[in-house]
Amino acid sequence: MNPQLFQLICFYAFGFVTVAAALSVITLKNTVHAVLALVLTFFSAACLWMLIEAEFLALALIVVYVGAVMVLFLFVVMMLDIDQEKMREGFVKFLPVGLIVAAAMLAEMLGLIGVRAMHAQVMGANPAAVAGLSNTAWLGQALYTKFLLPFEIAALILTVGVVAAVALTLRQRGDARYESASQQVKVNPRDRVRIVKMAAERPVDESPAPPQEPKP
Amino acid sequence: MADQLINQLLWPIIYILCITVPLIIAVAMFVYWERKVIGWMHVRLGPSKIGPFGLLQAFADVVKLLIKEVILPTKANRFLYFMAPLLALIPALAAWSVIPFSSKMVLSNANAGVLYLLAMTSLGVYGIILAGWASNSRYALLGAMRSAAQVISYELAMGLCLVCVLVLAGSLNLTDIVNAQAGGKGLFDWFWLPLLPVFVIYFISGVAETNRAPFDVAEGESEIVAGFHVEYSGSAFAIFFLAEYANMILVSFLASILFLGGWLSPFQGWIHADAPGWINWIWTGGFIWLFIKAFVMSFLFLWFRATFPRYRYDQIMRLGWKVLIPIAIVWVMVAGCMKYFGWVSIGVGA
Repeated sequence: MNPQLFQLICFYAFGFVTVAAALSVITLKNTVHAVLALVLTFFSAACLWMLIEAEFLALALIVVYVGAVMVLFLFVVMMLDIDQEKMREGFVKFLPVGLIVAAAMLAEMLGLIGVRAMHAQVMGANPAAVAGLSNTAWLGQALYTKFLLPFEIAALILTVGVVAAVALTLRQRGDARYESASQQVKVNPRDRVRIVKMAAERPVDESPAPPQEPKP
Repeated sequence: MADQLINQLLWPIIYILCITVPLIIAVAMFVYWERKVIGWMHVRLGPSKIGPFGLLQAFADVVKLLIKEVILPTKANRFLYFMAPLLALIPALAAWSVIPFSSKMVLSNANAGVLYLLAMTSLGVYGIILAGWASNSRYALLGAMRSAAQVISYELAMGLCLVCVLVLAGSLNLTDIVNAQAGGKGLFDWFWLPLLPVFVIYFISGVAETNRAPFDVAEGESEIVAGFHVEYSGSAFAIFFLAEYANMILVSFLASILFLGGWLSPFQGWIHADAPGWINWIWTGGFIWLFIKAFVMSFLFLWFRATFPRYRYDQIMRLGWKVLIPIAIVWVMVAGCMKYFGWVSIGVGA
């Protein structure tokens, strides 16, 4: 089997799984199943990226989205108390809105691809391969030299997001009991526990000596 | 065609079996060793009845587990309930594909090996969460909840530790990382010395990531019976067990590879002697060194379990977020300085 044919087969297999999983995200009745289908979508998308040798992007997708974001997402969904019947009621009501959004997205994507096709921009050779580096090394060099400012700005925006999220959710109730962890750590066991030294047995004269076992 | 099929399909499968089968046997023997060591630490004998020194105890347990009935709780989600053990096991085994056992012995010498490992270890949490949810049990759900929060928190610290290592080594490839620790100063060329705090943090995170004592709140027996796998019995439980121990051994191997020079000898560069191959490995390095290091690291898991009381849940979170992650972040910068100013020698050439 030549490698190109193998890659093509892999592409179609992963592509099929991606599309099927994405479809089941919106069609499955059970919300937990839907989240798992979304996980599968991400995973097979990562495999597709792996096929075009974008290994860093693929693994980062798995580490960040599959490994962390979706786990928390799954958790929220597990905790939800959802009435399945009620969820399905709105289907007809929201169908027109959904169709409009879908049509708009389709038009946008087709337009983008159409513009690409008009310019007939042939994708250049893989820049990482041209530079003789692995994908990750090339990406790192590009990010920290050519795209340093956008990269740092993105990091700053993310930090602001984290701070904002914490600030929004961190509400301390006045009557809440609060224990200082540092004080707990600093506790000296001698302040809490008094160790009493005493003999392991009672003095012999108070209790009668147990009868001696006859030695064989 | 047949030739290619053998080359591209049969040989990789044989290589995979060469890793997984010994791994599974190692897990069985590790369980025996754990019970024995903890027994000694408790001034007990540990398993001693089955086979010489109780050596066959683990295999007897496996047989017992396999012939037990697998119980499906009422109203449990059947598909996910049986999927969860597999989702725990598959990443635990898949992660082994990038582990280099010696300079030539590696199944997949992937460029982004460290990232791949991070990805695989982060996938294992799905098995735990789904087991907790699909069991339709409160205890199981509580265990899953604790485990998820813990694994995600400590994954960050672990990731930052890996960043330190790859900054120094200048590569994500595990073979390159080991080669970067080669040099003429023996064991003082390994990364544990410049990255000592990171080494400690990495191992602590590894213990937390595998849900082992003192971070075993996910299955705290005294609080939530057995946590996420409380409803599992028979072979389904055995698979969880296998995954947990395979992960422990993996963390031990990784600590040895990233910080303790992998297959390199602690006497590298000290002895220059020509000896036959079967004795040469003592100073030139070989996979036996890796196994010895991993064995010592995995012993620490057992030692922790026998010595430390379980952490309280909020203390686990505090340790992860407020102690380990800040130290790791600082050490990323320190590692950057080490690399930039050349404070540590990397590889044989430098």
